[in-house]
Order: sequence, then C-alpha cells, then structure tokens
Amino acid sequence: MKLKGKVIKYGDDINTDVIFPGRYTYKNLSPEEMASHAMEDLDPEFKNKVQPGDIIFAGKNFGMGSSREQAVLALKYAGISAIVAKSFARIYYRNCINAGLPAIELPEAVEAVKEGDQVEIDLERGEVKTPAGVFSFPPFPEKVREILQAGGLIPYTRKKLGLP
Amino acid sequence: MGKTFAEKVLSLKSGTDAKAGDIVMARPDFVMSHDNSAAIARHFKKIGLEKVAIPERIVIILDHVVPPSTVEYAENHKFIREFVRSQGIKNFFDINHGICHQVFIEEGFALPGSLVLGSDSHTTSYGAVGAFSAGIGRTEMASIWATGELWMRVPRTIKIIIKGELPPGVYAKDVILHIIGTIGADGATYRAVEFTGPVVEKFSIASRITLANMAAEMGAKAGYVPPDSKTLEYVKERAKDNFKPVYSDPDAEYEKVLEFDVTGLEPQVAAPHTVDNVKPVSQVEGLEFHQGLIGTCTNGRVEDLEVAARILKGRKVHPNVRLLVFAASWKQYIEALKKGYIQTLAEAGAVIMNPGCGPCLGAHEGVIASGERALSTSNRNFKGRMGSKEGEIYLASPATVAASSIVGKITNPRNFL
Repeated sequence: MKLKGKVIKYGDDINTDVIFPGRYTYKNLSPEEMASHAMEDLDPEFKNKVQPGDIIFAGKNFGMGSSREQAVLALKYAGISAIVAKSFARIYYRNCINAGLPAIELPEAVEAVKEGDQVEIDLERGEVKTPAGVFSFPPFPEKVREILQAGGLIPYTRKKLGLP
Repeated sequence: MGKTFAEKVLSLKSGTDAKAGDIVMARPDFVMSHDNSAAIARHFKKIGLEKVAIPERIVIILDHVVPPSTVEYAENHKFIREFVRSQGIKNFFDINHGICHQVFIEEGFALPGSLVLGSDSHTTSYGAVGAFSAGIGRTEMASIWATGELWMRVPRTIKIIIKGELPPGVYAKDVILHIIGTIGADGATYRAVEFTGPVVEKFSIASRITLANMAAEMGAKAGYVPPDSKTLEYVKERAKDNFKPVYSDPDAEYEKVLEFDVTGLEPQVAAPHTVDNVKPVSQVEGLEFHQGLIGTCTNGRVEDLEVAARILKGRKVHPNVRLLVFAASWKQYIEALKKGYIQTLAEAGAVIMNPGCGPCLGAHEGVIASGERALSTSNRNFKGRMGSKEGEIYLASPATVAASSIVGKITNPRNFL
C-alpha cells in the first residue's frame, strides 16, 4: 500500500480536544460534519487546506487525552491518509489502527519535513520518502497489519466472524 | 526472569505466556461503557450481528450528560435504554447512580487480578483495587461486544515508589500531580504503572482511585496498586465475580523504577493547558478565579467532600466565586448527606449538583465563559475542555479548591486546616 500527499505539520502534545472538540462528541454527526470540525480549535484553516491523501506530521504524544474516536475519524474523513508523529498517545494510536488509518512513529521524518512538502509512504517496505531523504520504520506486527489491510477493526471483525 | 502484574494478567486472559511487547488476543472479565454506548451500538450494528456475544460481561452506566440537557442527549439515553433491554444486558445503571468509574468499582465489577476494558480514558481507575484496566475506543468496544476479545499490546511497566511523610494539607491528588509534573504527560505512554510504597499503603481506597485515575494523564495504559488487606476488605462484600489477586514477581523486569519522597511536598496545582504543567501552590497563590469545582471521578468521594466541608464549615464561598460540588456517585452522595458534609457545603454557598460528569468535559452544568478561570479537582485542564476555549482551568486537590473558594484566589489550604 502506497500513500501520497502533502505534509500538514503540527507541534508536540496535540490533544484530542483540539483535534475534535468535546462539545461535538455526543452528537451523532455525518462523516462530512465530523470532517468540518477537525482541528477546529487548533488550526481553523485546516479544513480549507486539506486535500485527499494529505499526511499529518506531528511532534510527540499526538492525540493525547480522550478516547474519542472522532478525533481519528474526523481526520480520516477530512482526507488524511496517514499520520506520522514523533510519538502517539496510546489510545489514539489504537484508534488509528482500528480505523484503518496508518499511524507511524518516526521522529527523524517529522524533523525533516516542512509544511506543504510532497511525501510518499510505502507501508510494505516501511519507508517514508520526503524531499529531505528516505526514512524507514519497522513493519507493523502481523495482527495490526491484518486490521489495516481489512480497512479497520470492524471489517476485520466481520471477516473473522465470517459475516459478509 | 519473573513477570510483571501486566504480563501475568494478560497471559491469563489470553491463554498465552505473554511478555512485554507481545500482541495478544485477550478476553476481558467485564467491559464498561457510558453515554457513548449508543455510538458503540451503531458500530456494533455495522458488524452485522443481531445479538451481543457477551451480555453478562457488559456494564453500561449513564453519567456524562445526566440528566440530559438537550433533546439530542435525551434521545441518546433513550436509544441506550432500548438497546440494553433488547440485548438482555442486566448490568445497566441509569442516570441515578453516578460517574461510571466510581459506580463500576462500588458495584463490585472491578476486582483484583481481573481484566477490564472501558470506552473511557479514565478506565485506569480500577487498578486502585488491583484490576488491570485500560481505556479503549468505541470501535474496539463494538468488536468486543461481537467477539468477547480484543488485540492488546502487553505493556512494559514503570514502578513508582512513593515514600516519606505527607505534610498536612497535602493529599493523593497533590502526589499524583507532582508525579505527572515530574515525568510528563507522555512519561508513561503505553506503559503499565505500579504505585507502591508506604504512602500508597496508607492511602484509602478512595485516594488510590485518585492515583490510578490520573495514571491516564501520564499516558499510561493501566495504573495499579497491589491489593492488600484494605483492598480485599473493600471488594469482598461487593464482588460480582470470582477473583484472585495478581502480583508482580519480585524479580519482574521493570522498564524503570522511580522513587518519590513526599516529605515536605507543597500542595500542587496544574496550570493551563496541560496536566503536566504542575507548580507548587506558592507559585500560583493569589491568582483570582471564577469557578471552583469539587467532584468528578478523580475527587468526588466522601473523603474529598469531608475535607471540603471541614474547610468551609462556618465560612462562606467568596462572592466572586461559584463553587460547584458533585459527588462521584449516589452512594457517596448519600453518605456525605448523612454525615452532614453536603449541608455544610450548601450553607457555605456551594451549588450542590447531582452526581455525574458535570462540567468536567464541558458538555453542561456549569461551563465557563471566555476570560474565566476555573479551579477544579478534575483530571484534565485542556484548552476549552470545561467550556470556552478562551477560559483557563487549574487543577488541584479538594482542600485547595475549598480553601481558595473562600479567599476567591488560589491559596494554600494549610491556612484553613
């Protein structure tokens, strides 16, 4: 699986309240509505600049805070194809995998890229190609790879239960 | 080489010989969800099953927006009640029980050596009674409802030894804020944290819940206090299942062992907008604030209300401050009522609210306006969490919030004890 897009860059400790504000979490929103609130309290320009395939590069502890999955889904629905960070908060990392959104820990790549760079990620080879060079990351463990390949935990579970 | 508590519980619950770093399929003893159960049910329906696989293992507790403040929230609750009925889920607690984490522990679902997964980040709380408990997402919960199991990474463990003599006016909340301030909001990411040492042994179950609850704020997957006679005494009369305490082996491999000596520790305050922005109270003393909050799953138990009542007895909340008080559960509320703490707090001018999450996550019941500052016993001070994103949230112990509410400015509770 290869992913291509431009870099949208953020700093350290981006929390789930600014990725997807708590005031919307108990509302039953459509994917489009969720996408429209993504990054609202951090970067109001996000919804105008994001293009399908874009990749977020962020600092340490990305997604700290709440377990709300909308903080992953809102980015996915906005067109984000992967997140590369110096590190992830635990639940956020899990939520990414379970939503079928690759989450990659690669501090060197985050340091190397700048906003707007065109980058490419090869998930099988474990490579991030940037204008500043190619960076590699260890491949995902088998169970995680199966979930990503199925497109997320729900389709993976359906497959496991033999449901269509 | 011996095993840690985390390795042992996840080995037991996955039927494997698991060590840190392994990915296992584990079967939780109980799973907990709250107002987000409707969203989980919608994910569950996408899987395509009619009935949940493990109705007797599912615990649902309504607490986030109780009673509902909008038609939308009311519809959400209605949907959950209908789902619970149609699925035969018996362990359902409606809006008159309290905050999910407190209710879950009080009702005897959190047990030593058990594995609990909850769709809330503060599920780490149950480690206070020796469970391995971790927060998960909604999709994951739906998948457990369908299969009874979930993929889990076996975490490495950080052992935290707390020793020394706790000064007057300094409590579990100050200790955990101090620890988070020292190791950082990502200091224990994807790790299990074991809290041990003489100070922890002396702590009540309520204070241990404060520690385990806030393990989430250093990124931990689980917080754990080794069960002792106090724990067994607490759980034996309420246990909803068989249990067997699990302990780390003496030669278990820890990633890190950290020691904290709390002798001479000042009351601690977390300043905006991250929980690890922790300062001794003397550095923020004199800062005016507009709303005090005593309660939440972190600090809404009888011992918290007791210290607040002791400080506010015969005194008045400052006219520039609104002090909101929420017990963590009906049981805590009724006990505090019987002991007269609630009356004392009401007479001092506090606004007494029903047990629930209240304004902690900014959904209702006392959010703050732009330019306002809150001083709260809750566990998170992220920007905008308690209302306006132009507001500020400071976190402290119930004693600090109570004393500061008299002065109208952040103050050291020692002066009032």
